[in-house]
Amino acid sequence: MGNGTGIGRVRGLGSSRSGTHHWIAQRFTAIGNVLLVTWLVISLAMLPAHDYAAVNGWLAQPLVAVPMMLMIVNVFYHLRLGLQVCIEDYVHDEGLKFATIILLNFFAIGCAAVSLFSVAKIAFAGGAL
Amino acid sequence: MAQSGQRPLSPHLSIWRWGPHMLLSILHRVTGDGMAILGGLGLTWWLYAAASGPASYANFQYYVWEAEAGDGLGLVVNILCRIILVGLTWAFFQHLLSGLRHLVMDMGAGYELQANKRWSKTIIAVAALTTIAFWCWIILGRAG
Repeated sequence: MGNGTGIGRVRGLGSSRSGTHHWIAQRFTAIGNVLLVTWLVISLAMLPAHDYAAVNGWLAQPLVAVPMMLMIVNVFYHLRLGLQVCIEDYVHDEGLKFATIILLNFFAIGCAAVSLFSVAKIAFAGGAL
Repeated sequence: MAQSGQRPLSPHLSIWRWGPHMLLSILHRVTGDGMAILGGLGLTWWLYAAASGPASYANFQYYVWEAEAGDGLGLVVNILCRIILVGLTWAFFQHLLSGLRHLVMDMGAGYELQANKRWSKTIIAVAALTTIAFWCWIILGRAG
């Protein structure tokens, strides 16, 4: 369909020339996550304590705040792509699928914004006093 | 017919046998989606609590790790959160390793039956061992 008839093209059922974008973006963010989330896991293991002062003092350092913000963008981009595939595989009703993907975008972008703002606030305030 | 009667005549959806690669594929999705929802919410809650001041962070720590002995609900939440935390670290190692396997397979390597089976089993074992090692380090190693 799509290539042959006019209505097929109007409905966008043919090649949109962007079929590989989702796939390749998932791989790019996956490689980013290998570095960034591994960094977070090792850092959490090496932190001497996980109380308010230790965590804020740690997050306030530029070389922690910047990778953390990169990680937030990368993680929420990657999880948005991954959850979208899951929704597309299991939610078959078109309307419900549309609504679920909107909800997913709200979740991913909303959580990313809250997380980025939190790190920025800690970093610019200079950590716990 | 010379063939044995038990052999399938052609591939069919209902004729298959469990292999480690199937378990790995399912675990990749389960750990990925689990981290996406619980890890995404947990990361956001942690950072938001840290940015909102000592009281907010103390509340986060109270429910995730250490509620008072008399607080029944708090202790139940503690147990759930601790299971989720350990689960998230296991999910991270499992998803990391099977994700790296996916990247190798994207290059067209690792499809030979024996190699594929061996790597699938190795990944499940290594993810479990690194999770145990991680928590041994958190609970025992750092204290000493």
